Amino acid sequence: MTAPGATDAADRQPVISLRGVTRVYGEGEAAVHALRGIDLDIAPGEFVAIMGPSGSGKSTAMNIIGALDTPTAGTYHFSGADVGGFDRHQRSILRRDYLGFVFQGFNLLARTSALDNVELPLIYKGVSRAERRALAKAMLERVGLGRRLDKEPSKLSGGEQQRVAIARAIASEPAVLLADEPTGNLDTARSQEIMELIARLNREEGLTVIMVTHEPDMAEYAGRIVHFKDGLIERDGMNGNPRAPAPETADVH
Amino acid sequence: MFTETVRQAFQAIIRNAMRSFLTILGVIIGVAAVITMVTIGQGSTDQIESDVSKLGTNLLIVRPGAGMGPRSSGRSAPRFTLKDVEAIKEQIPGVIAATPANTSSMTVIYGNENHQATITGVDNDFLIARDWNVALGREFYESELRAGTATCILGETVRKDLFGAGDPVGETIRMEQISCRVIGVLEAKGASSFGQDQDDTVLIPIRTFLRRIAGNQDISSMYVAVEPGYSTEKVQSAIELLLRERRRISSGEEDNFSVMDTKEITSMLTGITAVMTGLLSAVAAVSLLVGGIGIMNIMLVSVTERTREIGIRLAIGATETQVLMQFLVEAVVLSLLGGLIGILLGLGFGYIGSIYMKIPFAPDWTTTFLAFAFSAFIGIVFGYFPARRAARLDPIEALRHE
Repeated sequence: MTAPGATDAADRQPVISLRGVTRVYGEGEAAVHALRGIDLDIAPGEFVAIMGPSGSGKSTAMNIIGALDTPTAGTYHFSGADVGGFDRHQRSILRRDYLGFVFQGFNLLARTSALDNVELPLIYKGVSRAERRALAKAMLERVGLGRRLDKEPSKLSGGEQQRVAIARAIASEPAVLLADEPTGNLDTARSQEIMELIARLNREEGLTVIMVTHEPDMAEYAGRIVHFKDGLIERDGMNGNPRAPAPETADVH
Repeated sequence: MFTETVRQAFQAIIRNAMRSFLTILGVIIGVAAVITMVTIGQGSTDQIESDVSKLGTNLLIVRPGAGMGPRSSGRSAPRFTLKDVEAIKEQIPGVIAATPANTSSMTVIYGNENHQATITGVDNDFLIARDWNVALGREFYESELRAGTATCILGETVRKDLFGAGDPVGETIRMEQISCRVIGVLEAKGASSFGQDQDDTVLIPIRTFLRRIAGNQDISSMYVAVEPGYSTEKVQSAIELLLRERRRISSGEEDNFSVMDTKEITSMLTGITAVMTGLLSAVAAVSLLVGGIGIMNIMLVSVTERTREIGIRLAIGATETQVLMQFLVEAVVLSLLGGLIGILLGLGFGYIGSIYMKIPFAPDWTTTFLAFAFSAFIGIVFGYFPARRAARLDPIEALRHE
């Protein structure tokens, strides 16, 4: 597979395209304008970091891109399809088949083994049991947890939990990985490991990554950095020299 | 996909084993109660049928009032007289025995021992009618019956209680103020319907009973035995005709007495049992309903508690239907589990009850199946609302939930 870089992004049809998206919570005097009309195109294979102070609308944008929320006005096209016209069921299918989520708080199912956690999206996809097992195992090996398949989240460190979450997010082979402050709960060393893993997925497998973060160090891994402020995009620029991930090593803990 | 949902439901139930058990306790109790009631009710019915058939097909029972049981007017109807008994014996062809049978419960005393027994006032025809033999000693002499002497024949239970291994014949026992000489002992007959011990009785001459216990001349019931070969129905209607005449009932009026053969007695007694069983089962069914509400309650709590989990599932692509099915299947599996445990417990209690009450163990498989199906139904009905609530959660809100 050729590794698509950010430079030729403009030539191809964007996987994500927002036009004039606004999001207002509440009504009248108490209305909160989380997004005030943003345009954003993201091409396949890009690694985009979204930054901005809290309340800047970056999480709202993430929720809209993740089809968890719908814009008050404006349009959202995913690979050319108008998500605005999707019903609840169709949005579920979009999340299931094309999007992978990684959260700050890991969000794994408690008292459920790492393997079962990774299998979960595959169950919803209707993949057969044997195939599911094999795929989930491969994914956990891919994130370096090949020897901790049966461990429940409470038996894993934060970094390990986030690896399980990444394995779960990529198990259904999504087009886009959405990471909402993936290193927010981790120390520097763990954060770097997670970032290297995500960067590798982007470089080596061409996975489109959109990541919300407020740590400039983490944003350095991205090829493009978008700054939000007060519900608008303040700056949107290429990162000429993204941090390169270290060569892959097996089973880092 | 469906087997996967069931597997996940089991996982969720096992993860919260204690709470799951408490959740289904209502259903367990409801189903167990219904099954126990029906099993014991059926056993009693079987026992009554076999008891009454043991009385013989040629036995008629004559009682005052129109029938027995809840609607009878037995208390107000006039009683019979000794003359009625004699008239039946002498005037109706095919009657081999007719006996009065008045009963009263009294304490029987011998030495330091005392015992509560049923005192039955009869004549020797009672032994023929009930097909009962004297095992030790003798029957009443005609003279004893005529004079109403203080003599008695003991049932086996009374003998054993008062005399142990000893021979009671010739001894004197006391029944309140009456001193009574024992002339015989009846052979053992065992328990009858409702666990009543038939051997727990003392037979005394009817005249003795009327004079010294009742203090009047009223006969409260009669047993009539029909000669084999004669039609029981014909004898039955002959007795009815005779008694109508003797009791001066005009042609338009209804009988103020009843003559029943064993078949009618059976259906009457089993009718009572059926009503009782039905009532108790209805009460038990209400507790089943309460159990269902318990399941709904806990499922609602569970949905609230697992809001975050539902959020995660929705975010990674579970559809509304899949989440709905997950919780619905969980509720159904829970209530079916409750139903299954309830059935096993109910059969167990039914079995213990039938041993204790000395009736046959008669499980009713239709009811068992219905109870199982009903618990599934309860799971669906009471599981649907919480499941729908889970399926309709907003994923963003759910993910924020702590």
